[in-house]
Amino acid sequence: MKYLYALALALLCCASAGAKEATLLADDPVVEQRLIAISEELRCLVCQNESLAGSRADLAQDLRRELRGLIKQGKTDAEIKEFLVSRYGDFVLYRPPVKPTTWLLWAGPFGLMAVGVVALFVYLRRRNAAITSEVLTDEERQRVQALLQEGEK
Amino acid sequence: MKAKFLIPLGLFVVLVGFLAVGLGLDPREVPSPLVNKPAPLFKLTQLEQPELQFAPEDLKGKVWLFNVWASWCVACRQEHPVLMEFARTKTIPVIGLDYKDQRKDAMGVLRRSGNPYDLTAFDGDGRVGIDYGVYGVPESYLIDKAGVIRYKHIGPISAEDLQKKIIPLINELNKS
Repeated sequence: MKYLYALALALLCCASAGAKEATLLADDPVVEQRLIAISEELRCLVCQNESLAGSRADLAQDLRRELRGLIKQGKTDAEIKEFLVSRYGDFVLYRPPVKPTTWLLWAGPFGLMAVGVVALFVYLRRRNAAITSEVLTDEERQRVQALLQEGEK
Repeated sequence: MKAKFLIPLGLFVVLVGFLAVGLGLDPREVPSPLVNKPAPLFKLTQLEQPELQFAPEDLKGKVWLFNVWASWCVACRQEHPVLMEFARTKTIPVIGLDYKDQRKDAMGVLRRSGNPYDLTAFDGDGRVGIDYGVYGVPESYLIDKAGVIRYKHIGPISAEDLQKKIIPLINELNKS
């Protein structure tokens, strides 16, 4: 019974959230589809861990309104992103562009991996060298022989 | 060979260094691409005299401070006495942008706690704010004689910001 109640409550929550979302829909579903596709790639400036599509911040609503206008004017996705980048900087893009200031960001992980691979090789080489340089004395050789024979019996 | 045990310690110190720097950074301070670009043009009515308009071109040839504020903005109250003090020195024109606000509320604030602005432009729907890349009020822009944004300050201006950053920059811009 308790579970049923919880489920009903959850459904109610979703229903009301859906209703709220629906009011944001513009008259044109095609525009809204594109708006969502574009704004999911963009960061909301106010709640920085949310996308522009998902944020309920006031500014995000205003920006969605601006973007809706731009879409209706027939701007391309690149032009729309440029509209925001020229105002708020690359920070709004979840995928930062590759340029001199972001080279470290893009290449850094690969650089670190290269360092790791080189370090691994050097370490393995050294270890191999250490193993092969081990030379048995005559006494040790005889003991090995004896142990092996014992094992065969 | 002896110093090998120092390697993890060294790495740890580097890591702590990164964390210490990270702690000191404010993630809310997003560098503005508008610095060193011409201030976006607009034409808005004035807050107190809706029949009059204001456009940034009106101040061409002057260095001026453009301060974005609102009656609903709590941090603006913290900044307000600093702006009042600065306006009293009459160093440069201080222009306000009343962002996403109601005229009545904004005028109430100015009446109650004083008006540091030479005039305030009224941006009720926040469109001009978007053009200026406003995302958290208060924000301030220092605009030079040619109408180029030279500095953007995000968050309330403190007396120290004014003395150490803004006033020296004003002096420099006034020379050119």
